[in-house]
Amino acid sequence: MKPKITAVFDTSKIAKLANVPLTDEESHKYTEQFTKILDYIEQLNSVDTKGVEPTFNVSGQTNVTRKDETSTSLSQDEALQNTSNKQNGFFVSKRVIGEENG
Amino acid sequence: MADITALTLTQTLKALDDKEFSLEELNEAYLKRIEKYNPELNAYLYVNNDNKKIPAAIKEVIVTRGIPTTASAKILERFIPPYDATVINNLFEQGVGVLGKTNNDEFAMGGSGENSAYRVTKNPWDITKVPGGSSSGSAAAVASDLCVFALGSDTGGSIRQPASLTGIVGLKPTYGRVSRYGLIAMASSLDQIGPMTKSVEDAALVLEWISGSDGYDANASSKKFKVKSEKLKSGIKGLKVGVPKEYFAVPAGRQREGLDPKVKRVIEEAIKKIEELGAEIVEISLPHSEYALAAYYIIVSSEVSSNMARYDGIRYGKGRETIGPEVKRRIMLGTYSLSSGYWDDYYAKAAKVRTLVKRDFEKAYEKVDVIVGPVSPTVAWSIGEKIDDPLTMYLQDIYTISANLAGVPGLSVPCGFVDGLPVGLQILGKQWDEETILRVGYAYEQATDFHKEKPKL
Amino acid sequence: MTYTPVIGLEVHAELNTKSKMFCKCSADYFGKEPNTHTCPVCLGLPGALPYINQKAIESCMKIGLALNCTISQESLFERKNYFYPDLSKGYQISQYRWPLCINGQLTIDNGKVIRINRAHQEEDTGKLSHTGGVTLIDFNRSGVPLVEIVTEPDFTNTQQIRDYAKKLQQIIRDLGVSNADMERGDMRLEANISVRPEGQKELPPYRVELKNINSFRFMVAAVEYEIKRQTEALEKGAKLHQETRGWDEDKKQTYLQRSKEEANDYRYFPEPDLPQLTIDKGQLTILRKQIPELSSGKSKRFEQEYGLTKEQANILTGYAEFFERAVKEGKEHGVDAKQIANYIINRKIDLEKTLPAEVVKNLVEAKSGIVDSGDQLEVLAKEAINDNPEVVESYKKGKITAIMALVGAVMKKSSGKADAAKVKTILEKLLS
Repeated sequence: MKPKITAVFDTSKIAKLANVPLTDEESHKYTEQFTKILDYIEQLNSVDTKGVEPTFNVSGQTNVTRKDETSTSLSQDEALQNTSNKQNGFFVSKRVIGEENG
Repeated sequence: MADITALTLTQTLKALDDKEFSLEELNEAYLKRIEKYNPELNAYLYVNNDNKKIPAAIKEVIVTRGIPTTASAKILERFIPPYDATVINNLFEQGVGVLGKTNNDEFAMGGSGENSAYRVTKNPWDITKVPGGSSSGSAAAVASDLCVFALGSDTGGSIRQPASLTGIVGLKPTYGRVSRYGLIAMASSLDQIGPMTKSVEDAALVLEWISGSDGYDANASSKKFKVKSEKLKSGIKGLKVGVPKEYFAVPAGRQREGLDPKVKRVIEEAIKKIEELGAEIVEISLPHSEYALAAYYIIVSSEVSSNMARYDGIRYGKGRETIGPEVKRRIMLGTYSLSSGYWDDYYAKAAKVRTLVKRDFEKAYEKVDVIVGPVSPTVAWSIGEKIDDPLTMYLQDIYTISANLAGVPGLSVPCGFVDGLPVGLQILGKQWDEETILRVGYAYEQATDFHKEKPKL
Repeated sequence: MTYTPVIGLEVHAELNTKSKMFCKCSADYFGKEPNTHTCPVCLGLPGALPYINQKAIESCMKIGLALNCTISQESLFERKNYFYPDLSKGYQISQYRWPLCINGQLTIDNGKVIRINRAHQEEDTGKLSHTGGVTLIDFNRSGVPLVEIVTEPDFTNTQQIRDYAKKLQQIIRDLGVSNADMERGDMRLEANISVRPEGQKELPPYRVELKNINSFRFMVAAVEYEIKRQTEALEKGAKLHQETRGWDEDKKQTYLQRSKEEANDYRYFPEPDLPQLTIDKGQLTILRKQIPELSSGKSKRFEQEYGLTKEQANILTGYAEFFERAVKEGKEHGVDAKQIANYIINRKIDLEKTLPAEVVKNLVEAKSGIVDSGDQLEVLAKEAINDNPEVVESYKKGKITAIMALVGAVMKKSSGKADAAKVKTILEKLLS
């Protein structure tokens, strides 16, 4: 039997990773709630899944691909229509450090 | 002409064909009714006064071109999609139009209708009660005749449960039966769009209209749904109907997860009726039922945390601080489950339990053709009653989530009342076998009068 | 104590498919107006879903096969989750636990074998530019197919890196799946470097990633710099940590971008929107047939089949089809491959203006009749000059009669058929 998963829930660390801004009050409330939820989820530990393959997809399909063909894209206006953060056809965001991430 | 709005889709189509009234009159009648009752019920967030086609209500998480689509969230408050969901295009081809967009729990996360960032939808049977969720507005709209039919979405019961709590028909198709292109994603491996209707026959017709692959959803099958009217109405003699013993037992030490005794009685009556109609009732076991919920919440939160990442306020929408509390909670739980060192313990483990749940169904379907049981452990509860305890909220989902994990179709049909509030009977089928569950639903519906009852508004 | 470098390379090749990896937008984004090649899918709009481009995965598998990889029977796409303005979905669809191609190898100069850990498929991000206090984003490039090729840390110096990059580029070009042009950004390099005591077999406990270095020259400079920096640090007894560094061309130094503590937790999980790929032997057989003979193979074959030197063989792969047609033609006229090779190489013939048959004709004439044509004589004269450097020097120093020795050499080469007077004139011209 596997030992209990030590649910160490560092709320502010998770909030940062999840890019979810939290107030102190929210942070406090969530920590309480998560401890409860994770305790409930703990029961997964008691299921014997030795030799069981995981199921990630229940569509029953494989090899779903399309031909390398193009079709009409959105116009520049359509692409930008849902934001006011735009300039000369570009989307605008806060300045980030020069290089790309990941 | 108050009668027009009481007609089912099937009846409406025939009446239009027989030229009993025009499309214009039809829309006018519904719009008048919406004007009268929607301010109280909050079924609709947006009403399209210009609709010229057969009026359908569309859940707010389904993308409609040129019509605001907010997922009932503040973060998408001013979002107007530049494209239509595949299901909308399918409906257009059938002469159906968007009468309005219905309220739901924010980003389809919730089971009561109280998690919308805009308004709380009320249950037409008792406006102090919740209509269920997350397809709360669609359910309320159908139940109170504010549309001919509606589309909802179901990830863990979000079509079936509100259908049950509002006394209408709700169908969650087999996973992959209907394209998800244009459905604002909640949990990609579980979500399905489905019909919410006034009758079983309507549900079969709408499913025909919206099913099939489209070259945009790689999980959607080319198996378009079709059922001949004679087959749908052919009765259920000799059909084997399974009743899972786990659904009626109270797990040791977990009283609050149990079925309300009054609801239990109504369900048992319904099962008896089905037996009278010629079916053979067989006790079966779905042994992993009690673990399904835990697995479900890991999988859902994980996929949610990723699906919600695109809302960064750059290309559309507001800042992430405007995300509602239930959605935030799931994003955080999901981020945690997927985070470094935890994948094996949580997501991968849950995915293995998912395999076991799927196998439970496959084994059961070796013995039976369909599985019946409750949709919800209780009838509609009071607005505000459960909202502070997320765990209690989650426990409302136990009967419905297994079908999403396994990918099998599920139907909820009205089967009675408890204290004046509707109860739904759930009918689950084999993958790709919506036909049989609709057959059972139709036979049961026609042998009872519950579907004829309407709420007094 | 001496330290040896331990270097691994990651190359990203942008494929030249017509449409993007997961949507039907045109992938030909270079130089286009911003945000004119987007759709709900690559723009990450609510409700959009990905759909795999068949040609892209075939191209990825071809690269894998050309690198002697095993193609996985079952392959899954996964989501790599992180936040950045150029990443429209907040995750990149990539591969992690179940990549398409694994365990290959590429032999570079001097017979060194570089092991290929994997070649997998993923999608590109949008493009950022910076102006004033803001960042501008163009999503035309978002979703363009990429193949990522990762080596084991088998490199020990920059010459090997150069050679590998060149060979890999040639393979990708021969396959016709990408322009692999480093200037245009359709072939990008990242290096992972550490150093360890000479003779030690275990990998060092840290790794420095060199990223976002946009030219090959700078990458090599950065690697050289790092080898030095790390060696010096370890010699001083300092401890080195996991880091990401960039290259500062002005200061000619690497600089810290991200430390281990800030490293991203990508939370990979299988992409639920895409069913898995199951590759069978039949598909692979078809793909293998579609792979043209690669330059490396051709060069070797020329050496062996035609008795050429390595240098000659390498050059001739650039004229491969022409050369082999001329050889075929030459067989019927008693002209051998070596002659043809020399002719082509010395004359640097223009493929647009010459036919293989002409080359053979000229060589035949050179053997039989008076070699009269100025061009041919010039070739022979040049050869004579190359073969007799002392004579040339003598002539240039003032001994004019030395030129007759060269004329003699040309006469010998043409088996006495050349027009001696013409030869002399040509030689004088060449030596002036």
